[in-house]
Amino acid sequence: MTRFVRADLVASRAPPAAIGGPLGWLRRNLFSSRGNTLTTLAILGLLAWALPIALRFLVLDAVWTGASGDACRPEVAGRPVGACWAFIADKINYLAYGSYPAAERWRPNLALALLALAAGWMLWLGAPRRDLGALFAFVAFPVSAYLLLAGAPSLGLPSVATGLWGGFLVTMVVATVGIVFSLPLGILLALGRRSRMPVVRVLSVGFIEFWRGVPLITVLFMANVMLPLFLPGDITVDRLLRPLVGIALFASAYMAEVVRGGLQTVPKGQEEAAAALGLSHAQSLRLVVLPQALKVALPGIVNTIIGLFKDTTLVSIVGISDFIRVLETSRADPRWSAATIPATAYAFAALVYFAVCFSMARNAGFIERRLAAGERR
Amino acid sequence: MTEISPAVALSGVNKWFGAHHVLRDVDLTVEKAEKIVICGPSGSGKSTLIRCVNGLEAHQQGTIHVDGIELTGAQASVDAVRREVGMVFQHFNLFAHLTVLENCTLAPIHVKRMGRAAAEDLAMGYLDRVRIPQLAAKFPGQLSGGQQQRVAIARALCMSPKVMLFDEPTSALDPEMVKEVLDTMAELARGGMTMLCVTHEMGFAREVADRVVFMDEGQVIEVAPPAEFFDRPRHARTKAFLSQIL
Repeated sequence: MTRFVRADLVASRAPPAAIGGPLGWLRRNLFSSRGNTLTTLAILGLLAWALPIALRFLVLDAVWTGASGDACRPEVAGRPVGACWAFIADKINYLAYGSYPAAERWRPNLALALLALAAGWMLWLGAPRRDLGALFAFVAFPVSAYLLLAGAPSLGLPSVATGLWGGFLVTMVVATVGIVFSLPLGILLALGRRSRMPVVRVLSVGFIEFWRGVPLITVLFMANVMLPLFLPGDITVDRLLRPLVGIALFASAYMAEVVRGGLQTVPKGQEEAAAALGLSHAQSLRLVVLPQALKVALPGIVNTIIGLFKDTTLVSIVGISDFIRVLETSRADPRWSAATIPATAYAFAALVYFAVCFSMARNAGFIERRLAAGERR
Repeated sequence: MTEISPAVALSGVNKWFGAHHVLRDVDLTVEKAEKIVICGPSGSGKSTLIRCVNGLEAHQQGTIHVDGIELTGAQASVDAVRREVGMVFQHFNLFAHLTVLENCTLAPIHVKRMGRAAAEDLAMGYLDRVRIPQLAAKFPGQLSGGQQQRVAIARALCMSPKVMLFDEPTSALDPEMVKEVLDTMAELARGGMTMLCVTHEMGFAREVADRVVFMDEGQVIEVAPPAEFFDRPRHARTKAFLSQIL
């Protein structure tokens, strides 16, 4: 048995220098093994094949200016023709607003600005008075946006029938209404599903399971075709409102399950501590449980919102002039008949939807990191 | 009436979890400024007992009075009692999304309707008393267990309770952090707080408690001042329990 007693304590030293530089990074991340090397080469090959084609179509061979489809016909232009951006430029107002009267287009623009303000206020964590911000986003903004878009003759805003709304405007309206109503409704349903009152619980579960069990397209057809059959003949529901309600209820069921997942991660002790301090049940939910649950549920909530945004394209099937529908209408315009018009239209749609969804995802990622920063161990 | 009423009075308290009889005919009176340590084997009902005192668990028979207020099934009585009683939990139960300071000011602001500045002054005073004012801006996840438990004590004190309940406050701590929490509790005891502590820290019981309550199978088996309890236990079960832990 040898005895050991440390004479000198070992001081902390810097770690050995890692293999640095871009070459070191490449070797570690892209070529670390035979499998990785093969994957890297395969992806590089795919990019080398696809990128030039996309670049040639979208940029190099694209037609940027022109007054009609002639500009985008190779035999007229005298060169290979890619995307016909002149077509998009010519139709841009129709794509943005549909048939919304030109003189009143400042109203959707203002509504969009209010939407940006509401979203900014809610998403910027350091913003002052975020409680007011929530009130604005979920109460004041929907009301004022509705008055702006639909019109209020008593306020000097002429009415604009929803049949004239179209394009990106309608897509944003459907998505925003879906989000603004499904989030609070989803939270209520999630809480209802955990309620101690059996009636509330059964109703919540029934509602959630019903809407999750029905395809959205069925909901939209039901809203459009069957709802009028159930209503007395003299009551008509706005053609745009019907799918809106359907989408909001549909999304709220998904939202409820995402929020419930968040609620389950909050330990019971949190509620007990709140109760022991004298907080009421409602205060405990609002101040202690929900902030923690929603933070955990945030990736799922954003996922649902992005899915909802893309699902809004389905309303075009029941005759609502959303962004996809006006693109379809535009590309059928005989004045703009050219071989690459359909591809241009769909490429544009893809770019627009990607831009919106990607920026939502990036924003959410930013918020998640901000929320996590405070609590990192 | 309130002048002469004891801090906590339990009389003939019975409780069942389903068919499981967890509290059986419990009688216990705690005078103001008295320190009670409750010990016993696990599953003996000691945690359930103190959770009944602030209504986290409902009892089914018998009466519980806190500072003269009877704890009935009514929410109003539960609210009234919780205004008088602070509680510290085994797993701290700090609000993970709030800073230490916000943990302490939440209830004063939202229950007592205190202004933010006044609540923060109050909270800093108590954080000073538990010797961690420098941690006010940190989040619970950044603190050691001992520090978290001291925040939990400060958070409870911010509501100026007349009675403090401790539910195994040191059993989730690493050994080297037990002392800082026990010292904080001992200091609180010297300040004249009425305390009910469920704990296995027998050194603390001997030093601080006025009386030690030994429970087994939902019943109070023996109540005695610590010197008698540890040196001359009467009941066979008490003797058996003490021989196991000492």
